[in-house]
Amino acid sequence: MLLISQSDLDEVRSHGEATYPHECCGVLLGSMHEERNEVKATLRCGNTRLDSPQNRYNIDPRELVRIQRQAHERGLDIVGFYHSHPDHAAQWSQTDFAEAHWIGCSYVITSVQKGKSTETNSFLLSGTGEEDKSFQDEEIQVSASVGLR
Amino acid sequence: MKVLIPTPLRQYADKRDAVEVSAATVGEALTNLTKAHPELKKHLFTDAGQLRAFVNIYLNDEDVRYLSKDQTPVSATDTLTIVPSIAGGRNESGI
Repeated sequence: MLLISQSDLDEVRSHGEATYPHECCGVLLGSMHEERNEVKATLRCGNTRLDSPQNRYNIDPRELVRIQRQAHERGLDIVGFYHSHPDHAAQWSQTDFAEAHWIGCSYVITSVQKGKSTETNSFLLSGTGEEDKSFQDEEIQVSASVGLR
Repeated sequence: MKVLIPTPLRQYADKRDAVEVSAATVGEALTNLTKAHPELKKHLFTDAGQLRAFVNIYLNDEDVRYLSKDQTPVSATDTLTIVPSIAGGRNESGI
C-alpha cells in the first residue's frame, strides 16, 4: 500500500498538468514499512529526455544522488517515483518495466488527458532482483496529514 | 569513506543506508563493500564482473565513469553513492 497525503498526491497530479504534453517525473521521499510505503515529501525532477519528452522520461542520476544524500541527512528514504502519461492510461508500459530497478519502491503513474490529470495508479516493484522483478498493483491510501514538502 | 546504499539494496547490507569502508580507489571501495556484504555483488555486477548498466556510482557529485572508473582515487572524507537509474515512459500506442 502507498500512503500519501492529499497535498502530495495533488502535487504529483499538478506536476503532470504543468509539463503536459510532456511527461513529468519526480521522487517520493518517506519511509518504508513491512506492508506500506509512506510518502512524507515529493520532489519534482527535470525530464532529461529532451529528444522524446512526450513519451519518455529520465531523471538525471546526478539529481538523484543529490536527492538521496539530502534524504539521508533528513532521515528520509527514497520510497518511490512518479511520472505522467500524457493522453495515455495510468498503466505501466513495457518501457516503464524494463527501466524499473528500484525493488520495493512504488512507481506512481498519473494519466493526463488533454492537459487535465485523471486517473492516478501506483505499482509496487516486487521481487529480489532483475531476474524475477514484477509490477504489482498497489492501493493508494490518502492520509489526512500534510506532507513535509 | 561512506558508501550510501539505495533503498532496494539495503536488504543485502544489513538494512543499513550507509556503510563505512576503507579504500584507496573506487574499485577497492566496491570490492570491500561486497566482501562485507556478499549478497550485494550480484545486484551491482554482471556475472562477467562488469558494473550493471543501470547502476550509477558517484564519487561525491561526479559519475565515476567520467573520472578514472575503478582506478579513481578516494579519500576517507569522500562519499560514494550507489544510484540505480530512473527512466521509462508510455508506449507509442495503447498504454
